[in-house]
Amino acid sequence: MPVIGRIAASIGVGLLAAGAIFQLGFGGERVRTVEIDIHYSHFDPPHLTVKAGQEIRFVIVNDDAIDHEWIVGDEALHQRHRTGTEPSHGSRPTEQTILAGQVVETLITFDKPGELTYVCHLPGHEAYGMKGTLTVLP
Amino acid sequence: MRRRWFFTLPAVTAVLLLSAAPALACGGLIGPNGAVNLLKTTTFAGYHAGIEHYITAFEFAGGGGAFGSLTPLPGVPTNVEKGGDWTLQRLIRETQPPELQFVRAAAFDELAAGSAQELAKYKIDALDITVLKGGADEIGVWAKDHGFRLPPDAPEVLDFYASRSPIFLAAAFDADAAAERGQAVGDGTSVHITIPTPNPWVPLRILSLGKNGEERIEADVYLMTDHAPALLPAPSGRNGLDLAFNAKASKSLLEDLRSDRGMEWVPTSAWLSQITIDASAEQLAFDLAIDASGQGTPSRIQAGLEIPGGGASYSAGVALGRLLIAVSVIGLGLLLMWRVIASGQPGVRPTAGA
Repeated sequence: MPVIGRIAASIGVGLLAAGAIFQLGFGGERVRTVEIDIHYSHFDPPHLTVKAGQEIRFVIVNDDAIDHEWIVGDEALHQRHRTGTEPSHGSRPTEQTILAGQVVETLITFDKPGELTYVCHLPGHEAYGMKGTLTVLP
Repeated sequence: MRRRWFFTLPAVTAVLLLSAAPALACGGLIGPNGAVNLLKTTTFAGYHAGIEHYITAFEFAGGGGAFGSLTPLPGVPTNVEKGGDWTLQRLIRETQPPELQFVRAAAFDELAAGSAQELAKYKIDALDITVLKGGADEIGVWAKDHGFRLPPDAPEVLDFYASRSPIFLAAAFDADAAAERGQAVGDGTSVHITIPTPNPWVPLRILSLGKNGEERIEADVYLMTDHAPALLPAPSGRNGLDLAFNAKASKSLLEDLRSDRGMEWVPTSAWLSQITIDASAEQLAFDLAIDASGQGTPSRIQAGLEIPGGGASYSAGVALGRLLIAVSVIGLGLLLMWRVIASGQPGVRPTAGA
């Protein structure tokens, strides 16, 4: 094999290795994927823990035959939504509407440690138990 | 603007006083504001010659807008028609004290469906009735497509029914249309559903739709069968069901019922049972299975206590019991096999006394 070919091959292998190392060692940490399933108007899992500053890709799967919401935040935010009038959500990463049988992905980075909750604010859903807790660790 | 309809349950209502309790037959009503009105309801399920006659009523309760009601059915109805004028009232008179004779029938029903198959449509007064066939997801889609909003427990409840019978009856009650027709508050429209089925069952769990676990459900279910029926769950009082009346139907009752519209099928001899329901929504997790054949074997599947196909039971206690029995039988079998094998092998003695 010509010298140039060996160099090109070496560079290629090196790039692949670097990519793999990045993906496993760094890239995998940069964006963490968390799946939340909705079944019979309940979130699964009902409790989540994430790290502050880490970007999270939430994949929310609605297995139900009815629409749902996934809204994450503090109590003040939920109080606003309990009396809110927005028919649907999606413009803000922390507030999503998931239609029946659909999947929604949203990217969120929580900056501060604390205790948050995720709730479906469609009428009667929170009272039915459609809520979960999200702990943001330092 | 698209109207929003809400699911309620099919039910016949008996109103003693207008201010007292409007009643739904076998169902609950979800109002436009999301509130659930708990109503005393009355339903009649007659079974004769392999045909179930299910009669419930929808009551105009005033106001405007539209409501919906969803009723699971044991089979595809061959007919849905306007019910008789006095059947429900006459049944109540038969089983309640004289001071309760001034009863008016009323009822409510509901429903909608989604991309489910629409088998038939009927128009009865201010009711638009659609017979649907489909699984829980299909019914949910149909409902959404038709402007119904289902309560959060709907996915589980629809699964509960669709796994046994994918037939539902959706009734949309247009209060505006009722008002235009001159219907006054309390006026009811009874609906008579004719369903060929090997054995009748009455949907009870649907009454809890949209209600929280602590809310009370009160209803009356009248059964008319050729013989004294075997029921599952058996009314015990503790399970929210009570057998308030259980006797051979009187000749005068049968004659009165037979003279009502669409009631020519009423036989000359029959058994009348009245099951009163007073249960929490959480408690009412089953339906009422009926064995009208006289064999005394109501179906656990029709009662919703067992999943079709021999799947898991809804009762963890029952499931655990069966598991223990199965393990015990297998263990006993293995022990016997070991003893037989061991007894045939020299030098191997299963017990000291053998």
